[in-house]
Amino acid sequence: MKKEIDSDKAFIRLNNVAKYYEMGESVVKAVDGVSIDIKRGDFVAVMGPSGSGKSTAMNLVGSLDMPTKGHIFLDGEDISSLNESELAQVRGKNIGFIFQQFNLIPTLTVFENVVLPMALQGVPQYEREEKAEKILRRLDLLDRREHYPNQISGGQQQRVAIARALANDPEVILADEPTGNLDTKTGLKVMDFLTELNKEGRTIVFVTHSPELAKKYAHTIYWLKDGKIERVTKERKK
Amino acid sequence: MNYFILAYRNLRKKGIRSYLTLLGICIGIFAVVSLITLSNGLKLAVGSQFGVSSTELITVEGAGNGFGHPGSGQVNPLTQRDLQEIEKLSSVKAAVGRVIVAGKIEFNNKVVFGYATNIPSGKDRDILYQQIEAKTAVGRLLKDSDSGKILLGYNFYANKVGLGREIVPGNKVNIQGRDFEVVGIVEKKGSFIFDNIVFMNERDIESLYGSIEEWDFINVLPRDKKEIDKTKEDIEKLLRRLRDVKVGEEDFTVSTPEASLEQVNSILNAITIFIIIVASISIFVGAIGIINTMTTSVLERRKEIGIMKAIGATNRQIFMQFFIESGVLGLIGGAIGVIFGVVLGYFGIIGINNFIGAEIQPQISIYLIFFALLGSFLIGAIAGILPAMRAAKQNPVEALRG
Ligand SMILES: Nc1ncnc2c1ncn2[C@@H]1O[C@H](COP(=O)(O)OP(=O)(O)OP(=O)(O)O)[C@@H](O)[C@H]1O
Ligand SMILES: [Mg+2]
Repeated sequence: MKKEIDSDKAFIRLNNVAKYYEMGESVVKAVDGVSIDIKRGDFVAVMGPSGSGKSTAMNLVGSLDMPTKGHIFLDGEDISSLNESELAQVRGKNIGFIFQQFNLIPTLTVFENVVLPMALQGVPQYEREEKAEKILRRLDLLDRREHYPNQISGGQQQRVAIARALANDPEVILADEPTGNLDTKTGLKVMDFLTELNKEGRTIVFVTHSPELAKKYAHTIYWLKDGKIERVTKERKK
Repeated sequence: MNYFILAYRNLRKKGIRSYLTLLGICIGIFAVVSLITLSNGLKLAVGSQFGVSSTELITVEGAGNGFGHPGSGQVNPLTQRDLQEIEKLSSVKAAVGRVIVAGKIEFNNKVVFGYATNIPSGKDRDILYQQIEAKTAVGRLLKDSDSGKILLGYNFYANKVGLGREIVPGNKVNIQGRDFEVVGIVEKKGSFIFDNIVFMNERDIESLYGSIEEWDFINVLPRDKKEIDKTKEDIEKLLRRLRDVKVGEEDFTVSTPEASLEQVNSILNAITIFIIIVASISIFVGAIGIINTMTTSVLERRKEIGIMKAIGATNRQIFMQFFIESGVLGLIGGAIGVIFGVVLGYFGIIGINNFIGAEIQPQISIYLIFFALLGSFLIGAIAGILPAMRAAKQNPVEALRG
């Protein structure tokens, strides 16, 4: 995990990536020719107006979707050429998703939600349960382990989602408006936690509508508009 | 990855309406399990009704209308001459003429109607006792020298014939207005006919009903039991000649226990086929119901499928989840069907026992239960294939949108 940060080589590279949706006659260019390099260990915010293609871009990076054009490299590997089960492997092992809607599985307990990504990777039962317990302790959720998602608060649900994203120890965390459904104080807590994960060496990419949050936490901010990169700003952090 | 735990979690949250679609599988499996349990029991029960364990016995009957006790309602009864000629056949070791007569039985100031049958004298008596494996529970068997004496079926002793009191050797029983002394009780046979009948020496029957001119049926012992079918043919040939009838127009039947059992079995098999058709239809309807439930479930759980994919589930894993869940759904329907089927089979056999006075142990086959459960799981799983494929093929981004 804590590899030496190679500052020159791009960890995530988008090479002229586009995603088009055909809507009958017209074509919606959700992402339209994006080329960026994200270094290992970077803390990236993606900003832009609604409909500018932020979520679409995140999904492409997270290998949930395939680009219409261009190539996406993750740690040097071209994920736009992978087949379905290889993509599932990437999603399961290399990437941790955090969503605005929390997206926990309602029929499973907090503990089982955290165990699930490891079970999908075939981690032995004893090992995955021990690991889940460790992560839940770290997120201060151990006393909620037997609760179902609808029995805990939004902030707690988002913490469970973070715990689940950490289950397979991914190098990349992708968070699409992780604070969108939370009050300011709870949102800040979530962002503080992402900062902690970033300090461990993980690469974090998050989408936000809040310039304050972006400025406060991100090292690099990409501004999207109409599917294109409008500008990139670097933030100096102490 | 434990798909069964996932399936259990999802099925637990399902509404009662999803379970109503299981009715088809439930009824189908119920029909199969109860039918097989019952028909196995019936075969045993029918087998025991012949009351003669001897498989070498041939029974000759005049053609009857098929109702009432054996030999009743015969159009052209068997005559003394028929019996004598059968006895003369070289392939026949012995032939015993039998009658069953109906009469009034009085005891303990109560009257019931019952049946009596003749016991021949001389060596025929021994042959008959041997054929019906006559042993007494109490008292003794009838002898040639007995007159005004009777031997009773076990139910008279067990007070199951409606005379209000058990009858024991030494008791006097009035039959058709004449008193008879009971000398013994035949061991329980588990057969309605044998356990409820009065055995009398032939002379006593003749004294009540007049001399016997016609036989209700004739028991024939072949000379060589390996040649039982040839003996049967000989008798048929003989009777056709004596009674002047053509092949296919016989006014008599010659049957071996095996052939009779076969006949019963073939009727049971026909019923089995019918029930299997009914069961297949309801299982088919049930499978459609499961396809429907699972398709709805896939649509309802699109978001969950998206989440699963986002955290690394492969198409195969999503497929397996829905496939197993569908199988478990079928299994639940099947299990309910098995429970009701076993209950009906069990009490059905007890009912048959009470009805025909048999004592069949209801046998619940472990294999039957195992294969019924396995079958219902497979039916559910197969019904789930298409919905599961649909689930697996969902585009993760679209699925996540819900
Ligand atoms: N499946 C689809 N079919 C058609 N058009 C789509 C589809 N998905 C996204 N779009 C379009 O692509 C564009 C970008 O959508 P996207 O969800 O990426 O925007 P966003 O920047 O995340 O917006 P928001 O801030 O509101 O979340 C939008 O115009 C959207 O309508
Ligand atoms: Mg979005």
